[in-house]
Amino acid sequence: MTLATREVRWGAAGKMIVDGVTLQATPGRVLGLIGPNGSGKSSLLRLLCRLRNVASGVVTLDERDIAVVPRRELARRLAFVEQQATTEIQLSVCDVVRLGRTPHRAALASWNGADEAAVNEALARVGLTERHDQLWHTLSGGERQRVHIARALAQEPSELILDEPTNHLDIQHQLSILGLVRRLGITCIMALHDLNLAAMFCDEIALLHEGRLQAAGTPDEVLTAEAIQRIFGVAVAIGTGASGRRHIEYLIEAERRQP
Amino acid sequence: MSHAAHGPNWPARVAIALASLVALTVSVALAVTIGEMRIPFDTALRALGNGLFSLDFPVSAIQQGVIFDYRLSRALMAGLCGGALALSGAILQALLRNPLAEPYVLGISAGASTGAVAVLILGIGIGGMALTVSAGAFIGSCAALAVVALLATGAGGASDRVILAGVATSQLFNAATATIVTTMASAEQARGVMFWLLGNFGGVRWPDLWIAAPVAFIGFGICMLHAKALDAFAFGVDAAASLGVAVTRVKVVLFATTAVMTAVMVSIVGTVGFVGLIIPHAARFLVGSGHARLLPACLVVGAIFMILADILSRVLVPQQILPIGVVTALFGAPVFALILYRARRPA
Repeated sequence: MTLATREVRWGAAGKMIVDGVTLQATPGRVLGLIGPNGSGKSSLLRLLCRLRNVASGVVTLDERDIAVVPRRELARRLAFVEQQATTEIQLSVCDVVRLGRTPHRAALASWNGADEAAVNEALARVGLTERHDQLWHTLSGGERQRVHIARALAQEPSELILDEPTNHLDIQHQLSILGLVRRLGITCIMALHDLNLAAMFCDEIALLHEGRLQAAGTPDEVLTAEAIQRIFGVAVAIGTGASGRRHIEYLIEAERRQP
Repeated sequence: MSHAAHGPNWPARVAIALASLVALTVSVALAVTIGEMRIPFDTALRALGNGLFSLDFPVSAIQQGVIFDYRLSRALMAGLCGGALALSGAILQALLRNPLAEPYVLGISAGASTGAVAVLILGIGIGGMALTVSAGAFIGSCAALAVVALLATGAGGASDRVILAGVATSQLFNAATATIVTTMASAEQARGVMFWLLGNFGGVRWPDLWIAAPVAFIGFGICMLHAKALDAFAFGVDAAASLGVAVTRVKVVLFATTAVMTAVMVSIVGTVGFVGLIIPHAARFLVGSGHARLLPACLVVGAIFMILADILSRVLVPQQILPIGVVTALFGAPVFALILYRARRPA
């Protein structure tokens, strides 16, 4: 068992942003959240890790309501990677990854061998071992996102939640970040913008629109031409890519008129 | 930060603690011997022995009084004040994620002075009970903090807005103070208040230290308990919360702690600007940005800076004592400009 939501609602300024979503992640698999801008993806992710409190409904972790789980205990299970979190403080790569040990350390505990091992392993898993002492400000966007993932891994979570981790990255880094997430082998829930990347890297996909869950299932089940037309308002032709995964081709006006 | 530096390296810690103690002692010794009345170092030592350990060295009563009751209490107060303000600056910079945040810039000092002046001149009390000046200052600093928070949230909550909110708050509370002083105070009171507002260690006596010392040290302890939580704020509030930090509780506790520390220091010595700004940056330069080291460094460096600044305020203009706020602004304003300039550079 892992993260699940039941009839979750949340709003801000009198507007429902997440409106009755019931969803379940599968342990060890990658669940992608897709939907147009403002469909409630980011808000749903924040409800999943209790950065916002649900207005109604319940989020459960192993069938336990996360509202009653102490914050630190939750942080040892769930890790969260934001879109583009940055800082003005002078920090090195390992300083940032060390932050991931925060929920594992008591207020006055000193740094111990287990902490050091977790940090080194996390850095190795994202392929940044050599960048250990490099300054955060000197990293590229893709490297920064890798460091954030390493920081999340240092929390030793069983569930990783990522909010559009590939936003503003070039295609090479998008692919390498998503490939990395896929290889982690822990339960991942991530919001994604690009439908083809979602089809390539997610085991399951949940489609959101105006705060409501429209469809959930495998990419083949969810990413139909009809659903994409209805929700994103674009015409597409669905094919099979070289990888054997679903490939979505966007049709622009001119092509539609002369088939 | 190097690898090995993260284990508990006891010899290094002891060495640093000893070096800090020596530096502090030297600063205090300088503060005690330098001044209008020239007193030889050995006389000063004897006077200290008399005062601290009830020894019976032959020291003239005037020299004894100047050294022990006037200069020593003043130097120790300067140290406590500098340490507490630097600590407050470091906390505010971390929580608000803004390198320019500090009690003076955010108007918390201005709020504290309004509260203090209201008690001093108007004799405001609650339910028939007279308030102490410190309590008035605390209420004022909390009010200022609330106004800053309200304005900053109303302006979009971005971390750069908080400085603008601080400017507005300072103006508001300074206007309130000026109103109270000009309409309610006698000419003599007004002169005293204006001098005190710029920061003045002249009136400090031992009883002031019995308030300031516990506040500074307990405040330091509370901050140290939250050192790891403060580190977790580096990438923002959501990042801190997702690392298991109880964000709201930590913010309330630490904002209250900085409000108390600022209020007590302001009520005793007046508004002293920029210490909370310069010292955390200098300390970060020395020990890095991890709060477990940064906070003790702020306490020590802040104390030494303020003691030296106080000496400077007494010797810069012969026969006169400059307000301490003028001396700290002399150093602080250029540093403020420098940080502003550096912050403009794209990261």
